[in-house]
Amino acid sequence: MTYETVIGLEVHLQLKTESKAFCGCSTDFGAPPNTQVCPVCLGFPGSLPVLNRQALILAAKVAISLNCQIAKLIRFDRKNYYYPDLPKAYQISQYSQPLSQHGCLPVLVDGKEKRIKITRVHLEEDTGKLFHQSSYSLIDFNRCGIPLLEIVSEPDINSPDEAYMYLRSLKSVLEYIDVSDCNMEEGSLRCDANISIRKAGSKELGVKTEIKNMNSFRAVKTALEYEEKRQIESLEKGERIVQETRLYDADSGITESMRSKEEAHDYRYFPEPDLVPFNFEDAFLKDIENRMPELPLALKKRLMAEYSISDYDARCIVGDKNMALYFEKCVSIYKKPKEIANWLMGDISAYIKEHDLTINDLDLKTEHFVGMLKMIDSGLISGKIAKSLLIDMIQTKKDPCALVKEKGLEQISDEGEIENIVKEVILENPKSVGDLKSGKENAIMFLVGKVMAKTKGKANPKKVNEMLRKKI
Amino acid sequence: MAITKDTVKYVANLARIELTEKELSHFTGQLDRILDYVHKLKTLDVARLEPTSHVLEMKNIYREDKVKQSLPPSEVMKNAPAKEKDLFKVQKIV
Amino acid sequence: MRELNTLTAHELIALLNIGDISPIDICKGVLDAIKNKDAKLNALVHFDENKVFERVNALAKKDGTKALWGIPIFIKDNICVRDELTTCSSKILDGFCPPYNATVIDKLSQNGAVLMGKTNMDEFAFGSSTETSCYGTTRNPWDLERIPGGSSGGAAACVAADEAIFALGSDTGGSIRQPASLCGVVGLKPTYGRVSRYGLIAFASSLDQIGPVTKDVEDAALLLKVISGHDSMDSTSVNKPVPDYPSLIKRDVKALKIGIPRQYFIEGLDAEVKDSMREAIKRIEDMGCVCEDMDLPHTEFAVSVYYLVATAEASSNLARFDGVQYGLRSKQAKSFIDMYKKTRQIGFGDEAKRRIILGTFALSSGYYDAYYLRALKVRTLIKRDFEDAFKEFDAIITPTSPTPAFRIGEKTQDPLTMYLSDIFTISANLAGIPGVSVPCGFTRDNLPIGLQILGSPFDEETILRIAYNYEQNTDWHKKRPKI
Repeated sequence: MTYETVIGLEVHLQLKTESKAFCGCSTDFGAPPNTQVCPVCLGFPGSLPVLNRQALILAAKVAISLNCQIAKLIRFDRKNYYYPDLPKAYQISQYSQPLSQHGCLPVLVDGKEKRIKITRVHLEEDTGKLFHQSSYSLIDFNRCGIPLLEIVSEPDINSPDEAYMYLRSLKSVLEYIDVSDCNMEEGSLRCDANISIRKAGSKELGVKTEIKNMNSFRAVKTALEYEEKRQIESLEKGERIVQETRLYDADSGITESMRSKEEAHDYRYFPEPDLVPFNFEDAFLKDIENRMPELPLALKKRLMAEYSISDYDARCIVGDKNMALYFEKCVSIYKKPKEIANWLMGDISAYIKEHDLTINDLDLKTEHFVGMLKMIDSGLISGKIAKSLLIDMIQTKKDPCALVKEKGLEQISDEGEIENIVKEVILENPKSVGDLKSGKENAIMFLVGKVMAKTKGKANPKKVNEMLRKKI
Repeated sequence: MAITKDTVKYVANLARIELTEKELSHFTGQLDRILDYVHKLKTLDVARLEPTSHVLEMKNIYREDKVKQSLPPSEVMKNAPAKEKDLFKVQKIV
Repeated sequence: MRELNTLTAHELIALLNIGDISPIDICKGVLDAIKNKDAKLNALVHFDENKVFERVNALAKKDGTKALWGIPIFIKDNICVRDELTTCSSKILDGFCPPYNATVIDKLSQNGAVLMGKTNMDEFAFGSSTETSCYGTTRNPWDLERIPGGSSGGAAACVAADEAIFALGSDTGGSIRQPASLCGVVGLKPTYGRVSRYGLIAFASSLDQIGPVTKDVEDAALLLKVISGHDSMDSTSVNKPVPDYPSLIKRDVKALKIGIPRQYFIEGLDAEVKDSMREAIKRIEDMGCVCEDMDLPHTEFAVSVYYLVATAEASSNLARFDGVQYGLRSKQAKSFIDMYKKTRQIGFGDEAKRRIILGTFALSSGYYDAYYLRALKVRTLIKRDFEDAFKEFDAIITPTSPTPAFRIGEKTQDPLTMYLSDIFTISANLAGIPGVSVPCGFTRDNLPIGLQILGSPFDEETILRIAYNYEQNTDWHKKRPKI
């Protein structure tokens, strides 16, 4: 039997405001426990919330970037439940009239663009943080009250890999609009997943489980892969899936039922009487829209039009905001977009991936990178030499001219010197010379390789080729 | 009956209040009478009415994103029933 | 000269201004009265004589900006005062000293008022008799066997008994006006949004307002002026200028049109209360007002709406009392869920539990539409009744309470009967409008009767003006209980 996997993701995103959502406490990460709290975020009796306008602006930016419809009038509701990290025993959230709904996020799935629908994006407040000791738990409320966006996708995602790509795309968009640190380790971006399995072609959804406790995009993927397999195996065995919350354990790579006595939730949402509605006036929204940075999709189109680079290259470049910025900076000082794109997508991306870095971490000056390209174009160094030069540049932070001089990497421009080596190679490889004469074209590559080896790559292969043909 | 013992039990649990069997019976009877009285609301046609959750027609009340002084930890913790350093202490949460 | 504790704030201010007395004299007078009477009344809950003297001695120099300089004031126990016990007369807030002031407290301090201590109340303001306090019932100074009304019963009783000059109460469904009526003093619930709620421990956030309990209308105007005004800490505080109530209320009331709602003259209205009302209306007409019968058609639904909306909000507002950060924590608990349940079991009294359960029920899945949402819709009708009425009338006059003070214990076994004693005061909170109760007579048993004047939103001035003119034409407010 074939099965279809149905996944919906719920992302929580801390917004990068100076102060909390409903009080003036700082949102800085890593302060000593309970030093960034006040009567309001501690939920002390008698305290009252006042909305931070910036939180709403950042939230609106996210909604716009995810193609959501922003509601004219929004309200806050109380979500009532008891947990020690929630000091008021209710969370100020949005229920009946959320900030925005009906968005979508384009995600690259198997080389094709898939639009994953976004159900809603709404603003709420973060909870405190619990530290579990052996026989008791401790609470730090510094995080409590930090503005938090809930971004809920439709169950539109059909594989763990797609879920991974959705998160990557989402993070990329969020980075462009600069509203959050998007740091899963520090908890500024969190993700829970709902997953169910149904028979391929079936209209009805299967019983879903909710997976929590994943602290990286990879973990989301691994957890969903495990859960997908587990559910399919259960179904094959004729078992029923139990609707439950399961915790992912990163060490073992499996999900486990929370098995708590937690009863069905009844959050008793009702309008938060301590806050008044917010009306998005056209001018206010227009102003936010006008100040929106260029989003990946628009940027991709512009890069293709302006620099005539391929759809593939453009997509790869805009996939990372900083890569795109780097690209444009390079192009602005050296008008060779195609070459720049090739290097960025090739050797530079490979290095980044291999060392788990970002383009910014490389700290590679655009002047240095472009200087290297200029040396290739002027024939001063070979492309092959450039590959190792790039790594030297990254590791030593030195100017490419200095490195080339220091290491004597200049292309041999003295034709006499190359000619001597060519002669040597012809004498040493009579068989290949014969092959070439008898029309075996492959032999030329072998001979060029020999010359290049003797010059330690400093000869221009095109010139060597010509010279060999002339001499043979 | 407007409300049963089981419902009162369920609701008390939602509200995290433990009730003795005696309290449960007692409250059920009293709440039943209150709800019975409240049922007079059912005589009104409310289909076309907007709910009033708030009497004020105020909108767009907000503050600017400015950091204000937080409470010193000694003030935060001074009422704590149990603590460890500057952290609130509770039973182990599984 | 009369004893200082028996005077009003404006009388004391006049004496302070001519330099006849000092703030310490006033405090001593008040403290003496407390020593003589409060053992019988139990109106005060947190009170420390030494601290009072400290505060008087620490008073900044008198200047023209300090409207209440040197005047002692009592505060209902649900209003936060920094580093002072603030417990809502509930065990669950045992020992709680907030590290912050309510905005009204800051305003009082800036105006030179001297904080005396806290007054008794129904637990979390849940009640109409001050019988649900964890500190025991407050007694009505006119008859110690009777309740003082509630929930601001402590405030009304101590003002009536001259243990205080005036006090701040809070009113969610009549909690200032009803006890004021039953104790023979003046009580004002301002328009929702007029006075900051910051630091008022919430009962029902969309209904609560802080307001004055005073010996006469002029003091109510004086105190209202001090505590009113916009507060950036309260999103529901309205940014409107504060009129100079004390001077404006002294204008005449000629040709004001006053509505007398038929729905308030119902079965269950005490005959003596009814008679007093009729006389009061006549007196008000003599003052030059035009009184006319009118309708507030949805009055009979107010109690139902109120007890769903108020308890729903309360169930959420009181959820935070869980023993984690402050107040009581059960030592019996094994798990954290157990800690919640046991703490709330021993921390809350019966009426608090009842209201939390009722409110939780009204909001819970499956009942929300039938109860909470329906109540909100009917609230719209009640609000509309008043909007329509104020198109035609400048004010509305009703009895404050259907009966005079009832006996202690009379209604404790029957919550519904207790709820119905708020029947005339509740609508003002649902509609957000201001209301004042002023003394308008006594029963044959010498129990005070109160008259309620309701006004349109932010028109405290008109209702206080009517009340002031009425008071000038009567002596009811000058009568004092012998205790």
